[in-house]
Amino acid sequence: MSASTATNTVETEPMLAPHGRLGMWMFLASEVVVFGGLLASYIFARLRHSSWDEFASQTMTSIGCINTVLLLTSSLFIVLSHHWAERKDIKKSGKYMLWAILLGVLFLVFKGYEYQHEFAKGITPLTNLFWSYYFFITGLHALHIVIGLVINALTLREIRKGQNLQRVEVAGLYWHFVDVVWIFVFPLFYVAS
Amino acid sequence: MTSHQSNFWNYYIFSKDHKMIAKQYLITGLIMALLGGLMAYVFRMQLAFPGEAVPGFGDVDSGTYNQLITLHGTIMVFWVGMPILLGAFGNFLIPLMIGADDMAFPTLNMMSYWTFFVSTLVLLASFFVEGGPASSGWTAYPPLSARPEYSGVMWGMNLWILAVALEFFSVLMGGVNYLTTTFNMRTKGMKFSRMPMFVWMQLAATVNFMFSVGPLIAGALMLLLDRTIGTSFFVPDKGGDPLLYQHLFWFFGHPEVYVLLLPSLGIVAEIIPTFSRKPLFGYKMILISTAFSSVLAFMVWAHHQFISGMDPRMAMPFGLLTIIISVPFAVVLFAYIATLWKGSITFTTPFLFAIAMIAEFLIGGVTGIINGAAAADIYVHDTYYVVSHFHFTLVPITIFGMLAGVYYWFPKFFGRMMNETLGKIHFWITAITFNVIFIPLLQMGMGGHQRRIPDPTEFEYLKGMMGMHKTATIALIILLIAQAFFIFNFFYSMYKGKKAEANPWKSTTLEWDAPSPPVAHGNFEVIPKVYRGPYEYSVPGCKQDWSPQSAETVN
Amino acid sequence: MLDWIVGYMPENIATFGEDIDYVINLIGYIVFIWWILAEGVLFYFLFSSRKKEGVKATYEDGSTMKAMSWVLIPVVLVLGFDLFIDYKSHSAWDKIKIQLPKADVVYRVMGQQFAWTYTHPGVDGKFGTGDDFEPDDLVVPVHQVVHTVISALDVIHSLWIPNLRFKQDSVPGRIITGWFEATKTGDYPIACAELCGTGHGVMASTLKVLEADAYKSWVAQQSAAALAQ
Repeated sequence: MSASTATNTVETEPMLAPHGRLGMWMFLASEVVVFGGLLASYIFARLRHSSWDEFASQTMTSIGCINTVLLLTSSLFIVLSHHWAERKDIKKSGKYMLWAILLGVLFLVFKGYEYQHEFAKGITPLTNLFWSYYFFITGLHALHIVIGLVINALTLREIRKGQNLQRVEVAGLYWHFVDVVWIFVFPLFYVAS
Repeated sequence: MTSHQSNFWNYYIFSKDHKMIAKQYLITGLIMALLGGLMAYVFRMQLAFPGEAVPGFGDVDSGTYNQLITLHGTIMVFWVGMPILLGAFGNFLIPLMIGADDMAFPTLNMMSYWTFFVSTLVLLASFFVEGGPASSGWTAYPPLSARPEYSGVMWGMNLWILAVALEFFSVLMGGVNYLTTTFNMRTKGMKFSRMPMFVWMQLAATVNFMFSVGPLIAGALMLLLDRTIGTSFFVPDKGGDPLLYQHLFWFFGHPEVYVLLLPSLGIVAEIIPTFSRKPLFGYKMILISTAFSSVLAFMVWAHHQFISGMDPRMAMPFGLLTIIISVPFAVVLFAYIATLWKGSITFTTPFLFAIAMIAEFLIGGVTGIINGAAAADIYVHDTYYVVSHFHFTLVPITIFGMLAGVYYWFPKFFGRMMNETLGKIHFWITAITFNVIFIPLLQMGMGGHQRRIPDPTEFEYLKGMMGMHKTATIALIILLIAQAFFIFNFFYSMYKGKKAEANPWKSTTLEWDAPSPPVAHGNFEVIPKVYRGPYEYSVPGCKQDWSPQSAETVN
Repeated sequence: MLDWIVGYMPENIATFGEDIDYVINLIGYIVFIWWILAEGVLFYFLFSSRKKEGVKATYEDGSTMKAMSWVLIPVVLVLGFDLFIDYKSHSAWDKIKIQLPKADVVYRVMGQQFAWTYTHPGVDGKFGTGDDFEPDDLVVPVHQVVHTVISALDVIHSLWIPNLRFKQDSVPGRIITGWFEATKTGDYPIACAELCGTGHGVMASTLKVLEADAYKSWVAQQSAAALAQ
């Protein structure tokens, strides 16, 4: 803690943004490239294999749609949580954070059901390259959701204690990113051709 | 504050102090450098005296040979270059040079080192699993790396991927820290236009890393899935594409060279003005060139793949951009050389290493033109010419740059001076033997000697080159032995060296305002303010030939 | 002196070999001169600017256009030479890897751990017929265009024939057609240039360049033997 208290007493050149926000932006910039590289690989592979349209039509578009709505709504809740955190209203901020988490969990439940359904049809990551990409990319995204949920849960604890409220914004940034990734994943895998 | 220091674990092991973390990176990196060097000894002995048992190691069969060259490359790039040039020097100097008391996220900094440490353990563990460590080359091209049965290595390769992924994650955490610290924590007066070149270069290197590593992280995970559960991202049997991995790898691989090169150029940019008592020539010009080269770095990756089977028409744009990328680096190197003009040079050990970095890197640069010209690359690709070329770039960058930095900032790291005589002996032997190793390799490559074969005598046309193999190997042994001068000097000076004053080299940047070594938590006794640019040497009208950034007035 | 670098290279026996050797030589001379100049200036500055008692360094931060031109003018020259090299290199590249002259002979080349398999279509010139045969060596006629249809069974290999200045990765799942025309008869080494596993260093083979007549009778004999089986 000595470092942060000392910083406050030292005159510095103007900051670009608070440490947490700036750091998270940097981190997300490199995350963008992870998914960017991955999705680009997938798109090039799909352009090479015209037969993949048929596989893409086998994904459960209805659940994909529901999940899109869930994540967007969850993002909205985290915006509201941040809104009230800035006004130091711990109760409202905590309530919306909890809703954001619940919708995130619901997303995972639907995703799990979808995987279950596909396994039941005998579709696995080893079926062919399309399904390898499908399971890998949605799986990696789901892993990011899990990490986001952990971050959100830790943040919720801080909100309830009424401390470190600036973290709500940082957690929100990450959660929005996970949401945006889904916005790209959804049409690429669920909407055929 | 004091409670931190009293506890051994908090002070030496789980330290959040950027200076201690830097030392941890430095020591780990130096140990790994020794390990990588000893591996080179083993496989070079095998090349010079094929089939004979290597003293101190034993027989080298072809599987072991492949493992040695794979781990040598991996260690030297990821466990020596990056931890020392970014982890050690970046961590130590960025806060000191911008006048901050620590990094923006000290805990993240600690986690970064310990993630790196775990990655080191994972890599070392791969030596002891059944089948031994990875053997698919440091580039790990699939399908060789994607199916255990092709290389005969199962867990070693999995651990290799895991270790590299952890190492990347560690550098990523460090990078977030470096950028945030530099953007947010510059002391009053340290405008961007007054930042030392070293800090700029760390910034550029970090940005290069963060924007290039993503696709390879994705690629590494896909490779791991191919190996473990049997997907076919990079194996053609279910529609996968081996070349995709090469694109993901080299999209990262070329910027990665700059991740190493730029910090090293940053180190040299601090040392040359100090010992020639002159301002760095063309500060802004160097910055613009660096930015330009960083952008180009993302558009040249396929020059590693001219004959990989990709569409040959792609060689046109990639070849052109590759050749153009020599322009910004010509600017930087010429500017460094121009800095020397009409200076007042003292030839200290750090200065000698800095000059050797430039002089030898020039060889690396000019030999690269043949690789960049697609038609010529048909012949030299995957020969010893390429091996020699990238050692003429990477050894000056990582080894000479690092040694220049260690000799220069040692007093700031440890509060004592290194011995100059031992330093100069170390320098001359290292610089000369380095050339004796790699100039024959250039010639062998021109003779058509392909890379990565354990026994050249298997080929009739390579038998005439055994003399050159022997020369290179003997030179390498002398080079390795000469490192004893450095190791002894390093540890002896740490405890028994001459005590260093705060600014032993009469330099201008802020790290020399802090005591040697700096205050344990907080760096400076009083955080300095900045009044001028970083390289104000021999300012007309001043009696003193250096004008520190922190001095309000200089006589 | 004129073939200073090329002198280190094995004898060229390919029609396009001269183009590659020309590019290598050209680059060799250009960069060698630049390198000597750069190192010369570096060492001259080091020598002339060494510390002398009572002489202060000149303050010159290279921020004016006039000062910067000392760096930028040489760099513009470098760029000019670069573009020239690139132009020459790509004309050669175009000839070797993009333009495909009509084939006189077609071989299928398959890389696998750890050997090269060559398939000759036999007298009828068609693959998949009874007279196809698989010789141990790559036997080709002199002064005729040979197409190599290269692929790999398991991992990536690289067909490397130093005397022909020929190198092409063989990639599993891809078929890559290359070509060459040999200008001299004799036996020449073939190796693998891409790390392909423990046997990478023994993946050797031979290129035999025969006179057209000798080649013809060799093909007839091999085809007949294949049909007889």
